[in-house]
Amino acid sequence: MSQTATISSAGPDEKPKSDSRVEPRGPRPKPFFTPRKIVIYSILIFACLYFLFPLYVMLTTSLKTMPEIRWGNIFAPPIEPTGEAWVKAWTSACTGLTCQGLNPGFWNSVKITVPSTIVSIFIAAVNGYALVNWRFKGSEIFFTILIFGSFIPYQVMLYPLVMITRELGIFGSLWAVILVHSIFGMPILTLLFRNYFAALPVELFKAARVDGAGFWRIFFEIMLPMSLPIFVVAIILQVTGIWNDFLFGVVFAGTQNYPMTVQLNNIVNSAQGSPEYNVNMAATILTGLVPLIIYFVSGRLFVRGIAAGAVKG
Amino acid sequence: MADLAVQQARKGGAAGGLSRFLHNTFIRNLSAKIAAAPMMATVLVVFIGCTIWTIWYSLTDSRLLPNGEFVGFEQYQRLFSTSRWNVSVVNLLIYGAFSLVFTLGIGFLLAVLMDQKIRFESAFRTIMLYPFALSFIVTGLVWQWIMNPSLGLQGTIRNMGWESFTFDWLTNPRMVLFALLIAGLWQGVGFVMILMLAGLRGIDDEIWKAARVDGIPTWRTYMSIVLPMMRGVFVTAVVLVGSGIVRLYDLVVALTDGGPGISSEVPAKYVYNYMFGAGNIAQGLAASTMMLLTVMIIIIPWAYLEFGGRGRRT
Repeated sequence: MSQTATISSAGPDEKPKSDSRVEPRGPRPKPFFTPRKIVIYSILIFACLYFLFPLYVMLTTSLKTMPEIRWGNIFAPPIEPTGEAWVKAWTSACTGLTCQGLNPGFWNSVKITVPSTIVSIFIAAVNGYALVNWRFKGSEIFFTILIFGSFIPYQVMLYPLVMITRELGIFGSLWAVILVHSIFGMPILTLLFRNYFAALPVELFKAARVDGAGFWRIFFEIMLPMSLPIFVVAIILQVTGIWNDFLFGVVFAGTQNYPMTVQLNNIVNSAQGSPEYNVNMAATILTGLVPLIIYFVSGRLFVRGIAAGAVKG
Repeated sequence: MADLAVQQARKGGAAGGLSRFLHNTFIRNLSAKIAAAPMMATVLVVFIGCTIWTIWYSLTDSRLLPNGEFVGFEQYQRLFSTSRWNVSVVNLLIYGAFSLVFTLGIGFLLAVLMDQKIRFESAFRTIMLYPFALSFIVTGLVWQWIMNPSLGLQGTIRNMGWESFTFDWLTNPRMVLFALLIAGLWQGVGFVMILMLAGLRGIDDEIWKAARVDGIPTWRTYMSIVLPMMRGVFVTAVVLVGSGIVRLYDLVVALTDGGPGISSEVPAKYVYNYMFGAGNIAQGLAASTMMLLTVMIIIIPWAYLEFGGRGRRT
């Protein structure tokens, strides 16, 4: 900080000098390797090593063979990389009960994530729109409770929800998981959409109202087309969140519908026999792949999505 | 139309008042109310209804089914005389304290470093935040492998010749919480760093200039001016990280499964095991009510500070 100050004061002014020497023009070149810079970069690089090390270990371990792993060098890159562990993790790794690998779990996760994302986002978008443009008596109270409700530990509501879904006859099915994800995604998504719609010019809404458009027509023809960016943020938030969920999957989905995270944990933690670390790591990467791809593709939007949780309503 | 209704209501007196009340409650803005029905149902049934249900049934002696007799606070007495619960609570306190301090401390430090007009900022940012996209299960399993005593980090360094090197935190009851901490920090620090960085960027440049003119050293400016100005960001971070800590479950299941023995048990896991494993519902409900109480102790002061003074916020 102090550097920039001295530089800018010494910078652009060119005093005419009686010297015949040629004065260097422009700002003084900034030396790159100041002690301060070295300290900053070494701390940051050290931090990055900590963050990257597990990714490196996951990748290298998954490409090794078991004999190579037993030599016991976690740092070493694979001598002859092989995709066998990946194939096994996907098709034939055992979860303690069955030996079908992760792929049923993957498809279960897809079957859970896609409808849950759509339903929860649709409900939240309508909520946000109603809360901003169609306030009714008590709407703010409901919203406040909704936001504070998001801090209640899930464990508190878990058993009653099991009973409710059992009464509805959907316990142990994909529907139960979808319902639960829609419920618990509602606070943050509603907040997201409410803030977004509140920032749109209200004249748009009023003009449509004057023209005689009703609740749904304004929503579908004016609000939705304008809210594409926030939809993308919401989709990122929901897909990663639901994909990474463990608790709801294990409680509500039923054994045949276990999502990928649950199956992964079963493969690694409750498999019989000697552990195959290369298969475990391949399975772990496979499970993390979907959110990782979303993260690397979406970049700043992901940050916006998670920061939405921190934005005050 | 509304005016007309009001006029009619004034004429009609008490009966009109009632019809106006009914009209306002149910008919006016009807489609908005229908559209918001899922939200109202969620709030009333899940957030309020289920919570009250849980608190109520935690006062019974229900075992396999929630149909027990009212027994007052007996479940809570049993809870606090169960060593597994007490270990869970102490674990959560230790883990929580360290996690909060380190997440906020490291998050802030990294944010300050990132704010020094460095090169490759977005690369650093991407690297620090990617673990946050991964699930706790993935996080737990990777670190379980890294901390594997014979083939992980410890085995590798011993094989390299440093025979006495010890990093057996997963099998050492006294250190296992710190194994959880390493994995938890790995997953969560990037997020707090992003929050703090946004907070730092929100501070007016004029303040920096003023501090510089007064000859205040940079570290002093951070400690005495920037930190107090970032109070809001810190409070938000404490609330988010804190309520995450209370929920801590997946990471423990994946990394240690409560072991060795019961030395890394946490309350959320206790709740789950009693509700779905041990068939002692009321005990699980009592434990979850204690979790709710903990969160409320964090949330209520925050809510009071943030929203207490109504006029201040808007």
